[in-house]
Amino acid sequence: MSDSKVEFVDLRVRYGRREALKGVTFDVRHHEILGIIGPAQSGKTTLLKTINRTIENVPGAVVAGTVRVDGEDVRQARDLFGLRRKIGMVAPLPVGLPLSIFDNVAFAPRMAGIRDRHDLERRVESCLRQAALWDEVKDRLSSLGTKLSGGQQQRLTIARALSHDPEVLCLDEFSIAIDPVTTMRIEDVLRELRSKMTIILVTNLVQQARRLADRTAFLFNGELAEIDATEVIFSDRPASRKTYEYVNGIFG
Amino acid sequence: MFQATRLSRRKRYSEVVAQTIFLAMTLMMVLPLVFIVAYLFYEAWPILSWEFLSTVPKHGMRAGGIWSPLLGTLYLVVISLAVATPIGVLAAVFLNEYARETWFTRIINLAVVNLAGVPSIVHALFGLGAFVLFAHLGKSILAASLTLAIMTLPVIIASTKEALASVPMAFREACWNVGATRWQTIWHVVLPNSISGILTGVILQVSRAAGETAPIMFTGAVFYKAIPEGKLFAYGLFDQCMALSMHLFTISTQVPDLPKALPYGTAVVLLGVVLIVNAMAIVLRVHLRSRKKW
Repeated sequence: MSDSKVEFVDLRVRYGRREALKGVTFDVRHHEILGIIGPAQSGKTTLLKTINRTIENVPGAVVAGTVRVDGEDVRQARDLFGLRRKIGMVAPLPVGLPLSIFDNVAFAPRMAGIRDRHDLERRVESCLRQAALWDEVKDRLSSLGTKLSGGQQQRLTIARALSHDPEVLCLDEFSIAIDPVTTMRIEDVLRELRSKMTIILVTNLVQQARRLADRTAFLFNGELAEIDATEVIFSDRPASRKTYEYVNGIFG
Repeated sequence: MFQATRLSRRKRYSEVVAQTIFLAMTLMMVLPLVFIVAYLFYEAWPILSWEFLSTVPKHGMRAGGIWSPLLGTLYLVVISLAVATPIGVLAAVFLNEYARETWFTRIINLAVVNLAGVPSIVHALFGLGAFVLFAHLGKSILAASLTLAIMTLPVIIASTKEALASVPMAFREACWNVGATRWQTIWHVVLPNSISGILTGVILQVSRAAGETAPIMFTGAVFYKAIPEGKLFAYGLFDQCMALSMHLFTISTQVPDLPKALPYGTAVVLLGVVLIVNAMAIVLRVHLRSRKKW
């Protein structure tokens, strides 16, 4: 087994003529929280989509280079849906599926073939607890997920991402639609989850990366400007001048 | 400070004028419709009865009811939609959910849009060539229904595609992210949330299938056919049949000394069938919308 959970090797992605990623190479270690920061259009979301190959559903996207999860090239994966279940993915805007709260969280286990009611109930409760949502919704699990507030829906999305026991949890600007208090609660949750899984945290809030991440990568314009321990990135002398300017709000 | 200036008075004036014009246009659209329906009912009133619906035409169609064309229209509509709906919906699911954008799918999409605009008489000729002659179905209910199915198919595909496209992309992405297959995504999330739009599109085609005359005239509808009264399965698949639209045409133009109320009665029944089906579509849509979940 390699030391890296996820590896990107010379990863390039084009959307038609526009290059979103221009040859990115780095790795994500087991049980770390890796923060990925960078201005808009720097390819952060694209990067996440290559891990579970949902990039293939984007019209016009062309991928070159290699992404490995547990040392295995994702494009060689024999069971694509098994691969996707290994990766938990949380989108920037909360998406409650138009199903009940229970069914939202039970969706992935059900699609994987789990039918046993007790098993499903146990999973739903544990995921909702981990996402810090259980106490608010335990009495109305049969009401619609889409009727929850934005912050609650985002935690529902996280619960759903946890429902298939992922080994890697990718969060794409999860706090964009929720209030600071809820954000702090989820950040606490992430710190706890680190013992169980590897977390990739894409964020526009550089301070969030500073609070949570063990290491931080700075993506700029489709290229990896720098990756290092978070203390180094946020110190006075990161390797790249651009990094310093970005985290200190001088540009971007 | 808030006194009317010349400018504000002029603005208010143009506002009133615009509203009046829009209202007049709306009335111009609605009034003829109201007038037509009222006039039809007025002329048809003496003849409308249960007996008119349930007896066959008699005395060279100068008396009796419209049971045989009514039943024929029901046959044609039900069979044509039973054929067109599954094909149309599945084709739309393929085009909207599976197909990547290539020159091939672009051509198919273009063909669908253009086919929807082909005049019904052209479909009629196609039905005559393809089903009646080439497939040796003869002039029959089956051939006529298939022709109507070909005619309604592109519209069903187009309306279904629209209904599917109205389901937000984010729902699909959320499903893919947790490892659901495309089919699981479609079955559990996309279809349940677009079913009201799909059904509305299909049901609106009922009125088209019921009203068109040309396609069935070429392929299976006849001037007169004797069938027993009160039997629901009076026609066989390979029989020819009478149909309301065709019946209305023949009695109005081919039968001398016709009681005046008869064509109006037929028109009212045809209109009634269409209105009932459309009303069902509206009720269904309201019902399913109320269950819409986002």
